[in-house]
Amino acid sequence: MAAIHLNDLAHSYMAAPSEDADYAIRRMNHVWEQGGAYALLGPSGCGKSTLLNIISGLLAPSEGEVRFDDRVVNQLPPEERNIAQVFQFPVVYDTMTVYDNLAFPLRNQRQPEHKVQSRVREIAQVLELESLLERRASNLTADEKQKVSMGRGLVRDDVAAILFDEPLTVIDPHLKWKLRRKLKQIHEQFNITMVYVTHDQLEASTFADKIAVMYEGRIVQFGTPRELFEDPAHTFVGYFIGSPGMNLARISLEAQGVRLGEGESAPLLRLPRTLLATFSERNGDLKLGIRPEFVELEAAALERSESESTEHWLSGQVTLVQDLGTYKVVDIDIGGGCVFKARIEEDAAIPHGRVRMRLPARWQRFYLDEHLLDVLPASAEVTDDVVDDKGGVA
Amino acid sequence: MQRTHNNRAWWLVLPVVIVVAFSAIIPMMTVVNYSVQDIFDPSTRFFVGTEWYREILRDERLHDSLIRQFIYSFAVLAIEIPLGIAVALSMPRKGAMVSLCMILLALPLLIPWNVVGTIWQIIGREDIGLYGWALGQLGIDYNYASNPADAWVTVLVMDVWHWTSLVALLCYSGLRAIPDVYYQAARIDRASPWAVFRYIQLPKLKSVLLIGIMLRFMDSFMIYTEPFVLTGGGPGTTTTFLSQTLTQMAIGQFDLGRAAAFSLIYFLIILLVSWLFYTAMTHQDSDDA
Repeated sequence: MAAIHLNDLAHSYMAAPSEDADYAIRRMNHVWEQGGAYALLGPSGCGKSTLLNIISGLLAPSEGEVRFDDRVVNQLPPEERNIAQVFQFPVVYDTMTVYDNLAFPLRNQRQPEHKVQSRVREIAQVLELESLLERRASNLTADEKQKVSMGRGLVRDDVAAILFDEPLTVIDPHLKWKLRRKLKQIHEQFNITMVYVTHDQLEASTFADKIAVMYEGRIVQFGTPRELFEDPAHTFVGYFIGSPGMNLARISLEAQGVRLGEGESAPLLRLPRTLLATFSERNGDLKLGIRPEFVELEAAALERSESESTEHWLSGQVTLVQDLGTYKVVDIDIGGGCVFKARIEEDAAIPHGRVRMRLPARWQRFYLDEHLLDVLPASAEVTDDVVDDKGGVA
Repeated sequence: MQRTHNNRAWWLVLPVVIVVAFSAIIPMMTVVNYSVQDIFDPSTRFFVGTEWYREILRDERLHDSLIRQFIYSFAVLAIEIPLGIAVALSMPRKGAMVSLCMILLALPLLIPWNVVGTIWQIIGREDIGLYGWALGQLGIDYNYASNPADAWVTVLVMDVWHWTSLVALLCYSGLRAIPDVYYQAARIDRASPWAVFRYIQLPKLKSVLLIGIMLRFMDSFMIYTEPFVLTGGGPGTTTTFLSQTLTQMAIGQFDLGRAAAFSLIYFLIILLVSWLFYTAMTHQDSDDA
């Protein structure tokens, strides 16, 4: 049992990395606490698997150290690390039975056969593999094979953490859900640290208590699914989490507020002066982000906005409405090259033509060079209602 | 469901039947035809039924030759298969050395068989051959032309030199096809190198090994050119294998009827043993299916 510390960790597959882009893992510090259920979420090629292989010891990091509690394990090969890893494609030893597969790690440690037997039976029961124990592993279905792979990790009682590298990729959708639940149960039962790599946000949020989002070799945010949704620390998190992702627009400062997007038609969004003052102190690329779930279209907004009448209205043209079954996504072109998406209920009226929308202040997020600015959400400090450039009245 | 039968469809098979007839059936039937006749000249021939077969099966010379052949083929397999696997395992997995190894391994396979015989005939000579001379210098009395054991060793070494590459290349391709993740999982499971070989590499090599074993068995069972060039079947008949015995009978003695009966039995033996290998190796699979 151990907490896994990554101290100043970096890794490059190149012999002499010189710039950031040469690194698969860029310098990072991170701690996976003992007993947590974590997901490592990110797009393909962001370094998730590299990070996992460094933790398990399949790969030696080029810089920094990996510690299990106080022990630095950089030099230890995987066989001495008390780590189990389950891979994307199920690995079973074809010529062995399921029983022998599960017993394999124990027998390699030369454990007495009676102990092997009781342990294998226990794990087989947890994973519901009992009826298959005598079968040859080569004849199992993909999900059964993946359970056997997991079993080989669970069977060892010296395992401090199990790392899952997109373990459900080859599993049928209806079994994914079952296996994920199984994993969750196992986590509760055995109190083992689990790190689950995936590029599927749904998988990550159903499995994990806390999610680390990786992007370009960095962990850009580590938090609960809710934190990732409500307060994305990086524009990538905003864009990657959620369906559809966060609306992001480049903004430029004006006396009254900010202009969204670029060009003649860029609409003006009124913001409190204090906020504008904060922005003007910083140099860099400013962006506004808001989740499509929080963008309010006129009809819906009117009912709720009476108490918050100071909020600014934007007008735009509906360019696309996608019906996604349980909800609809509306694309609204507000000028300046900005198309905002709004998520509306399935039974809401389908907007068309010109519409008005507002971006509630408490859900507005601002990013400086892609990182979340720690500023108070724009509150009701906007002094007067405004007429925006295209004549929309708020 | 009612199937419709249209016997005219059989005509579609005709082109294949014609090709196979000319390439295999007709030559084969000619042999069958010879094997049941005693032919003195084209106009003087007698039907003798199974007499040639009975005679062949009782022929001491052929028994000896057959036993020698089996010993030889199994010795070849026993050496070349493990050696081929070992060579494949020790080859680098990537880098510039891979191509170099491949070329070195492929070289023996590109040399014509009679040239292989000649190479070893020279290299084994005590006076001018490197191998024979070196053994002589070590104080070993070696002479493949007069000592049956030396002749055997030389013929075997020659075959191993010539054909282990084939097994090695087959195994190497088989090993390369094993995904890295198997090795990674084995490390996590703390498998010993032997366990990795026994439970990962060997099972995954099975299909290429099946091909390797079959090819090497059939080829070695029909070996002719190399021992013929190297030892001429001697000393005495100690390295005279089946095909050479057959050739002597058919061309040397022009004993066509007997040679024909012999070829058919020869053919059936190869077929039988290959079938045995094949079923033994594939049966294991279906067993546990």
